[in-house]
Amino acid sequence: MTDVTSIQTQARAMRLPKLGRVRVLVNAVIGMSGLLVLWWLGGRYVASNPNMMAFTNFAPTPTLARLVQMFASGEVVDMALPSLSRVGYGLLYATAIGVPMGILVGRGPRLNEITNVPFQFMRMISPLAWMPIAVMLFATWDAAIIFLITMAALWPILFSTAAGVKRIDPAWLKVARNLGANPFHMLFTVILPAIAVDVLMGIRLALGVAWIVLVPAEYLGVSSGLGYAINDARDTLDYSRLAATVVVIGMIGFTLDSLAGLLVKKFNWMRGGH
Amino acid sequence: MLTNPIPERQALRTLPRSGAHLAVRNLSHTYRWTQTPVLTDISFDVTPGEIVALLGRSGCGKSTLLHMISGLSQPSAGEVVIDGKTVTDSSPRWVFMFQSPSLLPWLTVAQNVAMGLKFTRRSFEVPQRVPEVLDLVEMGGYADRNVQDLSGGQKQRVALARSLAPKPEMLLLDEPFSALDAFTRRSLQSEVRDIARELGLTIVMVSHDVSEAVRMADRAILLDSDPGRLVKDVAITLNERERKNSDGRYHTELKTVMGMYSAIAGETMGPVLD
Repeated sequence: MTDVTSIQTQARAMRLPKLGRVRVLVNAVIGMSGLLVLWWLGGRYVASNPNMMAFTNFAPTPTLARLVQMFASGEVVDMALPSLSRVGYGLLYATAIGVPMGILVGRGPRLNEITNVPFQFMRMISPLAWMPIAVMLFATWDAAIIFLITMAALWPILFSTAAGVKRIDPAWLKVARNLGANPFHMLFTVILPAIAVDVLMGIRLALGVAWIVLVPAEYLGVSSGLGYAINDARDTLDYSRLAATVVVIGMIGFTLDSLAGLLVKKFNWMRGGH
Repeated sequence: MLTNPIPERQALRTLPRSGAHLAVRNLSHTYRWTQTPVLTDISFDVTPGEIVALLGRSGCGKSTLLHMISGLSQPSAGEVVIDGKTVTDSSPRWVFMFQSPSLLPWLTVAQNVAMGLKFTRRSFEVPQRVPEVLDLVEMGGYADRNVQDLSGGQKQRVALARSLAPKPEMLLLDEPFSALDAFTRRSLQSEVRDIARELGLTIVMVSHDVSEAVRMADRAILLDSDPGRLVKDVAITLNERERKNSDGRYHTELKTVMGMYSAIAGETMGPVLD
């Protein structure tokens, strides 16, 4: 019995051999190089067309040169920090509302039936559609943007939490109750650890949506952040800065998503992934 | 592997030596929604340290009866009295074991076993108690293993250790071995009997397997279905050697109980295989 188990464990550890990881990395580099080549070809085309001479700074060379300069001067940090703070608050509020609501909806079939249609309805409204209302509702532009991000991030967190709660084995709760668990134990020993992965996967999805909503939300009112930087660069015809900001948005978004992915992996108790 | 029925178990010094006295008094139950009667006027006693099997076809309400004994659900009429007190709620003094081990998959073997002690504010006992019960179920070397890497039989052993950790006075077994292969099932059956006798634990077990009842129990209570009622209460007078070796006396006893069971179940059983 023991031998069989240890062999199984070894087999599991060997599932992704080193060679496989190297291959994944090589393929990622190939993919990114392809993207860079397409960008370069686009730049060449623009440069060769007399009507588009004004836009040559969108090409990789001026953009990347500008990007290095923006990193060196600290400009990247200056424009990213307000955006990150807005997304952070939005996610925080969405989690604070979405997780408890998701647990309630997941635990009560009746509540699930009552809330399902209105929630699905609300989910399909573009968060940006709330913009005028948000502006009227909140005294500051910052608060309005955080509200929009919260509205965008709430649904994935809520639905993912509820789905996780529904998958909890009722026998776990029965065993815990039989062994003397109070409601506090139930929540912190059984329910929350059981749904940790689902909550984090919801937050990861929410992060993606929030990051997308952020830029257009920052087009209005505020004078800081990545969305503002894009608008500002367009108005001042500073196209290498505009393109460099676009790259920064992609880089930060990719990094945040990867970090969230690592977190999901760390908290995933299921063997062989979700 | 599972040869020594009772190896040296220093563990036993701290384990309880007396089981609970159980009295089921005129217990009836009707499902609230469908108004279907499932159990009618059931009364029986189980003396401390006795092992009693409730035998009946699926649907005779034996599992419902066991839930009511445990306090996980309440009967519509009659009462369950343990050591002179009417049972109104589940308690870690009488622990339920299900067909599925229902271990929390994000915890290690030792953490699963420690659950009951933590819930009942006896965390200080964990360092001594957990290795003790793991040794008792012959899983001493597995404390830090992920429960998802264990075989079905090993998982059920861990579940048994988890049930024994809070020093219960009674175990309630709901066909806990029915999902295991024949070999593992048989060794666990005799081990559970050995452990229970050694600790003086009272056991009430539910089964539809007559050979399991004859091998493990001191008494078999036969239930008829639609609605479930007590039909026969048979003493099984085999000594430990006769139970283990399945000798002549075992087969005579098995045939007797099998005959009664078939008469109640209203169908002839297949040939007795073991």
